[in-house]
Amino acid sequence: MNTLATTSPPIASPHAHGGAGVSVVMLKVMAALAPATLYGFWLYGWPAIHLWFITVFAALLGEAFSLRLAGRRARPVLLDGSALLTGWLLALSLPPWAPWWLGAVGGLFATIVGKQVFGGIGQNLFNPAMVARVALLISFPVAMTAWVAPLPLTAAGAPGFLDGLMITLTGVPNLDAISSASLLGHAKAELSRGVDLLQSLSADHLGQYLSFTGARPGSMGETAGLLIAAGGIAMIAMGIISWHIPLAMLAGIAIPAAIGHAVDPARYLDATTHVLSGAALLGAFFIATDYVTSPNTRAGQLVFGLGCGFLTYVIRTWGGYPEGVAFAVLLMNTLTPAIDRLVKPRIYGRNRKGASLPL
Amino acid sequence: MGILDRIFGNHWGIHPDDRKRPAADLPLRRLPLPSHLYVPLQQHIGAPARPIVLVGQKVLKGELIAEAQGATSAAIHAPSSGTITAVGEITAPHASGLPVPGITIECDGEDRWIEAADIPDDPAFDPFSLEPAEISRRIGAAGVVGMGGATFPSALKLNIGKKTGITTLIINGGECEPYLSCDDRVMRDFAAEAVDGIRLMLHATGAKEALVGIEDNKPEAIATMQQAAAGFPEIRICPVPARYPMGSEKHLFSALTGKEVPADGRTTDLGVLVHNVGTAAAVHTAIRHGRPLVERIVTLNGGAWRAPGNVVAPIGMLVSDIIAATEFKEQPARLIMGGPMMGTLLPSEFVPVVKGSSGLLALTAEEAADGEAQPCIRCSSCVRACPVGLLPLEMSARIRNEDYAGAVDLGLKDCIACGCCAYVCPSRIPLVQYFGHAKGELAARDRAKLRNDATKRLVAARAERLEREAKEKAEAAARRKAERAKQKAAEAAAAAASADTSGAETTA
Repeated sequence: MNTLATTSPPIASPHAHGGAGVSVVMLKVMAALAPATLYGFWLYGWPAIHLWFITVFAALLGEAFSLRLAGRRARPVLLDGSALLTGWLLALSLPPWAPWWLGAVGGLFATIVGKQVFGGIGQNLFNPAMVARVALLISFPVAMTAWVAPLPLTAAGAPGFLDGLMITLTGVPNLDAISSASLLGHAKAELSRGVDLLQSLSADHLGQYLSFTGARPGSMGETAGLLIAAGGIAMIAMGIISWHIPLAMLAGIAIPAAIGHAVDPARYLDATTHVLSGAALLGAFFIATDYVTSPNTRAGQLVFGLGCGFLTYVIRTWGGYPEGVAFAVLLMNTLTPAIDRLVKPRIYGRNRKGASLPL
Repeated sequence: MGILDRIFGNHWGIHPDDRKRPAADLPLRRLPLPSHLYVPLQQHIGAPARPIVLVGQKVLKGELIAEAQGATSAAIHAPSSGTITAVGEITAPHASGLPVPGITIECDGEDRWIEAADIPDDPAFDPFSLEPAEISRRIGAAGVVGMGGATFPSALKLNIGKKTGITTLIINGGECEPYLSCDDRVMRDFAAEAVDGIRLMLHATGAKEALVGIEDNKPEAIATMQQAAAGFPEIRICPVPARYPMGSEKHLFSALTGKEVPADGRTTDLGVLVHNVGTAAAVHTAIRHGRPLVERIVTLNGGAWRAPGNVVAPIGMLVSDIIAATEFKEQPARLIMGGPMMGTLLPSEFVPVVKGSSGLLALTAEEAADGEAQPCIRCSSCVRACPVGLLPLEMSARIRNEDYAGAVDLGLKDCIACGCCAYVCPSRIPLVQYFGHAKGELAARDRAKLRNDATKRLVAARAERLEREAKEKAEAAARRKAERAKQKAAEAAAAAASADTSGAETTA
């Protein structure tokens, strides 16, 4: 009666699981990102599609290479979808007609230096896509700011598959002719020349830039604001992310922008422009909400989001670069461990300091 | 708290697929009596009971076979009539599969009850005329323990409640574990008995009112209990939202009272005693019919059972006998005693049903949802799911590095092992296993430290004793030496004196 062999090794409870999986989460994020991306493909045509594929492939390659070096099996890790998503987010933040090597270097940098050097998924301190973007921006400032006006896939004169491939591989033949500044870049350049915003940005100009259809120069993730926001709200509805980081980040941009604009409209852009320009929406919904590099608690996430937004505003307004989302997110990433240390949930039956509630 | 909760999220717990039906809706079945019953002596929190029968002795159903030993213990009775064939060891219904002391009974098949003790023939017997202490004593004598799984001796709990002057009795009909419906069946089939048990417990503790918390996924149980309690305004049936772990004592308490149990205290400190609804029914049987706790309702559920449902099983019936009586549809991937969230994996089929066995789950591989653990992606699902407000991901990271003190700082000792964190983890990290490991490791260290301290004390005492003895020896030697010297001096003096006197005499 008491000499029975165990039929299976002891396994701790629970003996049931909710069914969530890492790759499931990643797939849902990709689904939320797909509409904006497809719209971006249509808006910028074949060169953008080629660049996206190259960037994603490079990110996967970097991941596989690192795993091979570490002597781990690459296949299951690649299948979790995180490297693909990193490459995807990076591609959305690049100029759509950028040369192939920009995407390749960025993709490799993102997964090798941004992620695997730290130990792979879950270990990285910084958002890998933003690490790569900042590295590219500092190393190749010209290529990283060569924006083109949208030339939809169906429009006359849009490059076909092969022409698009040529543009991606050998560069835009006559870049200066078609390049144009993003709204934030334009405003910053004019301000630095002493032209105030009231003159440099006509109402007409603004209206064209700020249309939700996003038909304006910028990266793929910058232009389709409506679709990015819709994807973000879908993720909140699916329970993948909570509203805390996006809302706090957008508030962190909008509140100082509104104050600044009220004080001096000639010097400071208004809140709507700030929120709808650059990577603000992409950053708020898809970049800052990265699980690994954002705080654990709701309260911590609010602090983190506000910080991301506020730093973005500060960099855009007073920094050397017209856009600051990537820098802001990386700076707040450094604060995430500190936020997690300081902001903890209250334990049942204890006060915030951890002492038992009075009997 | 209200506004802060709304902003930062009041997200404790999870909403698992409860999978209680159709098993919960099927009528209760009685299993055929097995040939042997294996009754462990430790089916409760506290000291094991002391056997008072001999091998070969004939016992009747309900006869005391092991008496409570010490303050925290519970009596054990024969679950059926027959002959004692062994007072030895039985494999524990626990993942360890270790042997525990127990009594084996060969059933005679007659299932003959012993004559009920303490019940006068008078049909007008009114237990409410008994002293509260007498009610508690009889509940203790009937071997009633908490039927929700914690198996704390009920009489002891009632006495604590009486002593601390509780005002409210909370009856736990939450049954938040998925798959289980044994409490649901008690409330549906024995509502009047349960309500009577609640009234008896109110009498035993002196509490003014009883709140019966039932999760709203059991509308039939709520209806029958409301009907049964209709004539008793002191008993209120309170539907609570279905949310795991609502059946946790502290969480049900908070849901019903809006208050929180301090970490260093118990619900009794706030004037509330919590008892399971199955315990209430057992109290009724013990007091009204004088019959001890010798059987219980067990939920058979999970995809591998041919006929899921609730069965009445005698305590000590082997799981293998239950399987033989009801059969599997397929070989289960996991056989679990209790619920899927906190139940124990059974080491084999040859373990007995005990007083705390709420369910026997035979889960298919698909249900058991085995998966390889992946690295943590810090999604903080576990933080939101934790009903206690802990940081499971941070705690497990520290435990991985054997930084147990760090895990304790993060609140490891407040963990109730409910399993919410591991249930939601997309990386399928066995978080509860980490916490269980750390708690065991800490307990082992505490024991080692106690042993160490005791050894140190002994060594110090020995050193002190040796030193004292050496000193005493030296002192004694010195004393003897001094005495000898004194004696010598006295002798010398005496000799001198005698010489003097003789001298004087001679000179005189």
